[in-house]
Amino acid sequence: MVRLLNRSVGRLSRHRRGPLAGLVLLLLGLALSGGLYAAVSPSSAETAQDQAAMAAKGRQLFLVSCAFCHGQNGEGLTSRDGKLIGPSLAGVGAASVDFQVGTGRMPMVQPGVQVQKKKNIFSQTEIDELAAYVASLAPGPAIPSKADYSTDGMTDAEKQEAIVRGGQIFLTNCTACHNFTGEGGAMPRGGYAPKLLDTNPKYIYEAMLTGPQSMDSFSNGNISPEEKKDVIAYIESMRKQPGYGGFGLGNLGPVSEGLFAWIVGLGVLVGFAVWIAAHTTRTSKSKLTKKGTAQ
Amino acid sequence: MSVDTSKVATSNTAAATAKKPTKVGAIAEWSDERLGLAAMGKKNLRKIFPDHWSFMLGEIALWSFVVLLISGVFLTLWFKPSMADVTYQGSYPQLRGISMSQAYASSLDISFDVRGGLLLRQMHHWAAMLFISAMMIHLLRVFFTGAHRKPRELNWVIGSLLLILGTLEGFTGYSLPDDLLSGTGVRAADGFIQAIPIVGTYIGFFLFGGEFPGDSIIPRLYTIHVLLIPGLLLALIAAHMLLLVYHKHTQWPGPGRKETNVVGYPMLPVYAAKAGGFFFITFGVTAIMGAILSINPVWKFGPYDPTKVTAGSQPDWYMGWPDGALRIMPGWESHFWGHTWSWNIFVPVILMPTLSWMLLTILPFLEAWITGDKREHHLLQRPRNAPTRTAFMVSLMTWYAMFWLAGGNDLIAIKLHSSINNITYALRVLVFVGPAIAFFITRRWCISLQRHDNEVLLHGYETGVIMRSAEGGYSERHLPINEAKAYAITVRDRGRVGEDDGVDAKGKTTLRDKLRTLYYDDDIQKPTVAEIEEAHAHAAHEDHALEAGHGTQAVEAEHGDPALEGGHTSH
Amino acid sequence: MSDSHHEIEAHTDALLPDPGLPEHHWRPTDVDPAAERRAERQVATLFGLSILCTVLFVVFYVTLRTGIQGQKFLGLGASNVALGLTLGGAFLFIGVGVIQWARKLMADVELVEERHPASSSEEDRSATLAALQAGLEESGIGRRPLIRNTLLMSMGVLVAPAVVMLRDLGPLPGDKLKHTVWAKNMRVVRDVVGTPIRPSDLEIGDLVNAEPEIIFGTDKGQNLPAGEVLEGADLQVAKAKAATVLLRMDPDDIVSQVTRNWSVDGIVAYSKICTHVGCPISLNERTTHHLLCPCHQSTFDLADSGKVLFGPAGRHLPQLPLGVDDEGYLVALSDYPEPVGPSFWERDTKSPAEVADEWSKETGK
Repeated sequence: MVRLLNRSVGRLSRHRRGPLAGLVLLLLGLALSGGLYAAVSPSSAETAQDQAAMAAKGRQLFLVSCAFCHGQNGEGLTSRDGKLIGPSLAGVGAASVDFQVGTGRMPMVQPGVQVQKKKNIFSQTEIDELAAYVASLAPGPAIPSKADYSTDGMTDAEKQEAIVRGGQIFLTNCTACHNFTGEGGAMPRGGYAPKLLDTNPKYIYEAMLTGPQSMDSFSNGNISPEEKKDVIAYIESMRKQPGYGGFGLGNLGPVSEGLFAWIVGLGVLVGFAVWIAAHTTRTSKSKLTKKGTAQ
Repeated sequence: MSVDTSKVATSNTAAATAKKPTKVGAIAEWSDERLGLAAMGKKNLRKIFPDHWSFMLGEIALWSFVVLLISGVFLTLWFKPSMADVTYQGSYPQLRGISMSQAYASSLDISFDVRGGLLLRQMHHWAAMLFISAMMIHLLRVFFTGAHRKPRELNWVIGSLLLILGTLEGFTGYSLPDDLLSGTGVRAADGFIQAIPIVGTYIGFFLFGGEFPGDSIIPRLYTIHVLLIPGLLLALIAAHMLLLVYHKHTQWPGPGRKETNVVGYPMLPVYAAKAGGFFFITFGVTAIMGAILSINPVWKFGPYDPTKVTAGSQPDWYMGWPDGALRIMPGWESHFWGHTWSWNIFVPVILMPTLSWMLLTILPFLEAWITGDKREHHLLQRPRNAPTRTAFMVSLMTWYAMFWLAGGNDLIAIKLHSSINNITYALRVLVFVGPAIAFFITRRWCISLQRHDNEVLLHGYETGVIMRSAEGGYSERHLPINEAKAYAITVRDRGRVGEDDGVDAKGKTTLRDKLRTLYYDDDIQKPTVAEIEEAHAHAAHEDHALEAGHGTQAVEAEHGDPALEGGHTSH
Repeated sequence: MSDSHHEIEAHTDALLPDPGLPEHHWRPTDVDPAAERRAERQVATLFGLSILCTVLFVVFYVTLRTGIQGQKFLGLGASNVALGLTLGGAFLFIGVGVIQWARKLMADVELVEERHPASSSEEDRSATLAALQAGLEESGIGRRPLIRNTLLMSMGVLVAPAVVMLRDLGPLPGDKLKHTVWAKNMRVVRDVVGTPIRPSDLEIGDLVNAEPEIIFGTDKGQNLPAGEVLEGADLQVAKAKAATVLLRMDPDDIVSQVTRNWSVDGIVAYSKICTHVGCPISLNERTTHHLLCPCHQSTFDLADSGKVLFGPAGRHLPQLPLGVDDEGYLVALSDYPEPVGPSFWERDTKSPAEVADEWSKETGK
């Protein structure tokens, strides 16, 4: 038994390689494959290109990253037993692509109830090219410009009006899924409405416009572009708001407040109670009376 | 009638000597000439209270209530309990120009335009949470240690009433600001009331002054919250305290402590200082919580609007369990003869909580009926010495906790990335299976702790000193536990107590007797006198060298002792 | 053992002898004057810190502003943090100081007090019984059943005025719960902004939170006269029942015939008020058109007459029959054909098919 545990005993090869040899080999292998990939992967585009050229470049990206689920021409793919692998992208528009790829949701890492956000691997130019390609499939919502979602340039009074109206629209249409501060909420069967406070305003606009995955769409005929801007203004104002009453405890409402009351509040007070009733330090010395004799 | 000396302290009995008249003395004399308080003072100023941290849990509730009263009075100076429409023009910009109820607008004013207003609101809300949670852990402490037995059953009933009133007080209180979250709760309450058979719609219309939401509910909840329930709470707390003082507090068994005495510190000065100091600590901790932990940020919810709602709509934690019951209940309704009976609301909200609370209230009487124990009890029991009772309460706690979890099922779903549907299905089962498992595990755990106690009593505690006998066997040295601890462990009843009914007239075993069997018969009884003596003799001639104060040198010196070499193996 | 309740029974079966109260050991502050003075200074310092906190409280109260104009501290509102910490400190230091005083300096010798049984002595009991009997005897209530019974009756019925006066707490339900403000040809408008909706405005997958236009005080786009505008409590009551969600689906996704009949180009309208306990619902899962209520997770199928798929709701969601007016805007064809919101005793609950049949008979459509 002990022999098996000491396999290198007796083997000459044990002395031929240095201790770091394995590590160096691993790093070399990673560098090689990474470098090869960088060499053969599509290079980034130049800035000034016309739409058709962008769409063509986008198609190249699409074939590598998206066609596996969405089909060679974005027509969608269903499995043999009728399950949807990837929906058709005709008509989803450039805005959808910008949202899905920009937030890192697409390409989808693994199938599941809901797409998870992850780190985005494409540059903005690559995203624009992909978007141009998908937009060329069929007309759909376009990527909003900064003016669409930013309150820059508005007077204070206009901003104030936008924030107030946006708040009312937000509370009517959005909080049911996303919670009162946009902290997120549960949907059936493992789905969820994600957090909003740390989301880029452009993506908020696009999500409202295109209704990604299970989210309803709020097209411009439903919530107008001005109203969308109001909602974003409100969300921005909530993001900048200080915690007037202290730390927000997760902004989840009474559940987290109850947990804090029990764990922090009661915990501290019971801790004090234990201290109050605890035995104090004792000494073995005896007490001297005023006359100097021990008691 | 002879003078009753039993209520006078037996120590420090030297009478006070008259000194030069002081200012305080003059006031005392003036009052006594009109109120005659000295008689009461004689009895109570040096009343003895035993000292243990678990006796202070009820104090947390008491002092939280005082904090609630103080902060509540301040809040009433600014809060406007009216549902009249106003257009908000205060200093919170996101809601300026919005039409809202005056109640909500005044809550915003308190939060943003009154200095210290938000602190008061938050202190009040945190204190409410602490009040109810402290009552619950106090209830658990009292029950697990058997302090609810005679003569304290009525105090238990009062406490149970305090718990339910406190819960209602909290509900009416957090609904007052008329914000979106609490308003949704009021809407649900309206739904519950409407679901009551026959009279539901009438009660609903009378309570709300018409259809929901109407304009009467907030002022009415206000009256209930600042006048009616606080009055009841004050009266019940006074009765609770009076009974506590009259019965004197229970105490843990131990050296010098008997059923017939109470050992501790006098009210003046020690106990008054500790209890009074604890009030200041409770107030301070509540204020610090109100300073740095945000609670109920009503400005983020917006004013109540029956067409708006937020995800993660939960009531405050103490209402979480009926909410949870409501969520996991299947959607059963009966439709007959043009009427609808909503079982899906009636069972979880009206039937189940009422029955549960009633069961809680009658627990002391139920226990007395089962055990037949009619004696007064002033010494506490260790939870392990009443395994069935302890297990029963733990299973009730589990029942409560499963509903609690169900109340937060959507938050569990998003935080643990699971399906809310599956969580609901799982909890439908766990609500019944969980308490059963908890009962079984707790009971067996208590019984094994009893067994451990007997081990320690008979064979001493494990010292960690390992000895090796000549044959090569290892054993651990045990030392006897000290006298005080041994005495404390043995102060418990042996076997069944109370009159034994046995079988009824027809010779069948009654339900009561079956329950008594369940209650008592698996207990591990404390050893008999003979067993103790035998164990002491066995230990004495072996381990006397290892008594406290002797080191391992003494053990080595004993190596020549043939009894040691026999290799005492622990069992 | 007739007198057993006048004594407290000592514990049966004392197994080991009571070692008696443990010997008292002094604390360092009891024997060492230096330790004692140190403890005194400690307690005094704690009280001093409390005074400092109180002073700081007043300073912060005067200097810090609240709300949006307020100063900030570590991303929090400074006023609340400062006032709370100083107030908390002021109280906490007193509390800790008093406790330290008790623990370190006050006499901590354990004292013993005898208990007394909870019941009164036999003498007291007989004296009380005698007094009670004398009193009752002298009142004559036992001998005069006529007085006793009429007294009891008169006091018993006194509860009636208190109960009767509660009648005017509110109106009787009548059939108020069975109707909403929706009516034939009333336009469907977007909530918050109040604008009417054309079917072409909406794309498949759009969810609109909607109201009847009377909520915004208009009728076919024209302002209503002042007397007819809903305000205050009336407005809230109307909103609490009339709130509606519109969803545009692919018409091929619609399952039930009733839903199809009441839809316009795949646009369906349902009551926004959950049939469980009345929370407003607008969590729609676009891919499945399942509507989820955030309160207790009741789930309804909007393609199939609002059937309950999951959760504690006992009843399908009422659907509003939709049509288009002559200007092309979406309108209701009638009020909701069944009561909306939570169930109640007097509700005559029917299946969607039965509801549709009754509606057809009433409206002739």
